[in-house]
Amino acid sequence: MNGRDDDTPGQRATTAADGIGPGVESQQGVEPAHAEPSQARPDQAGRRPVEGAPVRNGPGPGGDIVLEGRGITRDYHVSGGFFGGRKTVHAVRGVDFSVARGKTLAIVGESGCGKSTLARIITLIDPPTTGTLLIEGRPVQISGGRPPRDLRSRVQIVFQNPHGSLNPRQKIGNVLMEPLELNTDLPAAERRDRARGMLEKVGLLPEHFDRYPHMFSGGQRQRIAIARALMVNPAILVLDEPVSALDLSVQAQVLNLLADLQKEFGLTYVFISHDLSVVRHIADDVMVMLRGEVVERGSRDAVFADPQHAYTRTLFAATPVTNLDAIRARVERKASRRRAMQEQVASR
Amino acid sequence: MAPILEIRNLSVSFETSTGAFHAVKGIDLSVDRGEVLAIVGESGSGKSVAMLAVMGLLPDTATVTADVMSFAGRDLKTLSDSERRAIIGREITMIFQEPMASLNPCYTVGFQIEEVLRLHLGMTGRSARTRAVELLTAVGLPEPADKLRSYPHQLSGGQCQRVMIAMAIACNPTLLIADEPTTALDVTIQKQILDLLLSLQEEHGMALILITHDMGVVAETADRVVVQYQGRKMEEASVLNLFEAPQNPYTRALLSALPENATGRRLSTVRDYMDQSAGGAS
Ligand SMILES: Nc1ncnc2c1ncn2[C@@H]1O[C@H](COP(=O)(O)OP(=O)(O)OP(=O)(O)O)[C@@H](O)[C@H]1O
Ligand SMILES: Nc1ncnc2c1ncn2[C@@H]1O[C@H](COP(=O)(O)OP(=O)(O)OP(=O)(O)O)[C@@H](O)[C@H]1O
Ligand SMILES: Nc1ncnc2c1ncn2[C@@H]1O[C@H](COP(=O)(O)OP(=O)(O)O)[C@@H](O)[C@H]1O
Ligand SMILES: [Mg+2]
Ligand SMILES: [Mg+2]
Ligand SMILES: [Mg+2]
Repeated sequence: MNGRDDDTPGQRATTAADGIGPGVESQQGVEPAHAEPSQARPDQAGRRPVEGAPVRNGPGPGGDIVLEGRGITRDYHVSGGFFGGRKTVHAVRGVDFSVARGKTLAIVGESGCGKSTLARIITLIDPPTTGTLLIEGRPVQISGGRPPRDLRSRVQIVFQNPHGSLNPRQKIGNVLMEPLELNTDLPAAERRDRARGMLEKVGLLPEHFDRYPHMFSGGQRQRIAIARALMVNPAILVLDEPVSALDLSVQAQVLNLLADLQKEFGLTYVFISHDLSVVRHIADDVMVMLRGEVVERGSRDAVFADPQHAYTRTLFAATPVTNLDAIRARVERKASRRRAMQEQVASR
Repeated sequence: MAPILEIRNLSVSFETSTGAFHAVKGIDLSVDRGEVLAIVGESGSGKSVAMLAVMGLLPDTATVTADVMSFAGRDLKTLSDSERRAIIGREITMIFQEPMASLNPCYTVGFQIEEVLRLHLGMTGRSARTRAVELLTAVGLPEPADKLRSYPHQLSGGQCQRVMIAMAIACNPTLLIADEPTTALDVTIQKQILDLLLSLQEEHGMALILITHDMGVVAETADRVVVQYQGRKMEEASVLNLFEAPQNPYTRALLSALPENATGRRLSTVRDYMDQSAGGAS
């Protein structure tokens, strides 16, 4: 065919292990490769001009910071040293970040690098082991008790595992109406209308209202989780792999919906995804994590145009592509391997 | 050579409170030894349901009919329970779509993998333990020996997914059905997993049915592609033909929804595309 028989398009040969080695050990050189000067970020040690005081950034080009983490860490203690002792897993190791109102911070990174752990900290489900989380400029401490209800409803999460986050005995209509019952005084008819409207917005049907979670496909459950999080008009929404089970068209519908809501209500998103084409589409800023640490961050354009860290480059290189020449070459390689095997069998 | 799995006119309907719902409407599908068949299509189009029908894992509310549903010449519709146990989970295995929900939360990962090895291969004790570590290493889990002592909730989404994959390949199946097996994985580990599955397919002639929404993954792994929409097969083509000259309007619409093809902040959906096509007429 086209005569190429190099092993695949050259960009995808490396694996994580090849790419990262030294970069991980020496964290110094890799911190904010593209830190935007316009956004007043904490420096590497997490210091701020006025520690602990409400941070009110002026209406500078970066906008006001509604969500900020300083030196966030999270350890898990598990049994499992070799002689039955306890072991500590450092899931998040000192992460700083900030997101301006109405913006989207995308987090990408190796599987198991601490993204979901960070998501649970941001949404006040788990406390950090150390470090400070600030929401709308105020430090939030949940280790001493539950956060106030109004704060809880302002920060919502779409879990990575929609199945596990839905009560199997609760009909979908009730799943969507429940947050309104808990957080608003809306009459029942209004709650019902809003829930039906939201079902439609995420591409589901009115007859789905009275079905149970197990009656849905994976992608349908994922959309139910998104719809539920949007019901209470949150200010900050953390979405953990929210479109991974959606076909391109439904994915487009959901991403368009998120963009519309962001524009209309100034929603702030933290968007965790392994799909770099999605990240490139929706993110304002991108943060790349590896083994609990941030190895690269910057504006979407800067990170995609000129990735600084070896791991980021490895990620880009491993992204599968729909290139016709590459498909031709691969198909031809497999055919010739088969021919060779058949000849071998025949010659025995 | 007869296909390893052959399905003709498969239909599945569910009883619901609003009447019967037809999730799969007369699908034909076959896969050969050593072949990679990708199934793509709309969310809710019956991809998972069709494969769960093959596995015999649908709930009692489902009615399954098919003219032919055979594996390696054996009729899957009329298997006795003991015949079924010898095939399902051993010769045909499945990586389920929602990994975190598919592992048993009450048992350690090691227990669950070793259970598969014991049940289907009669492996126990140290040899099962060694094999389990080997499998977790193959799917790229760091500190595999420690991970055997973990419960599913102590693992990340992608780590659970890799445990599921390890369990599905543990017995070198003849047919592996992988329902979106890499959704929770970053692209470097995804690559490692796909390479692993392709090497099993080459070395053991394993047949692979790969359900995915990722067109890049289709382009880099599939031999043949089936496109599903609303319970029906819309198109079937070799991987090259599908990308070079998609025939069906739904397939063309689906491909046009790639985020790379977005105009500005707006992504096009299948409905936009259909509206456009219809717009010319009105
Ligand atoms: N409850 C827990 N107990 C012990 N370890 C845990 C617990 N939860 C998570 N971990 C570990 O912490 C690390 C980070 O997990 P996390 O779920 O945040 O990863 P992630 O970045 O979301 O990965 P993925 O992309 O695979 O979902 C992993 O190594 C995981 O095994
Ligand atoms: N137990 C059930 N009861 C009723 N309907 C069901 C049940 N299981 C699945 N369905 C429906 O059958 C259809 C097909 O589901 P299936 O899981 O096969 O979708 P899918 O093609 O795998 O979609 P996705 O890509 O979103 O996973 C869906 O519309 C789903 O809602
Ligand atoms: N038990 C069920 N009762 C009613 N409808 C169902 C049931 N199971 C699946 N469906 C419907 O069948 C369709 C196909 O779902 P599924 O095969 O899971 O889709 P997907 O292509 O996303 O994997 C969906 O519209 C779903 O709502
Ligand atoms: Mg996660
Ligand atoms: Mg993907
Ligand atoms: Mg499915």
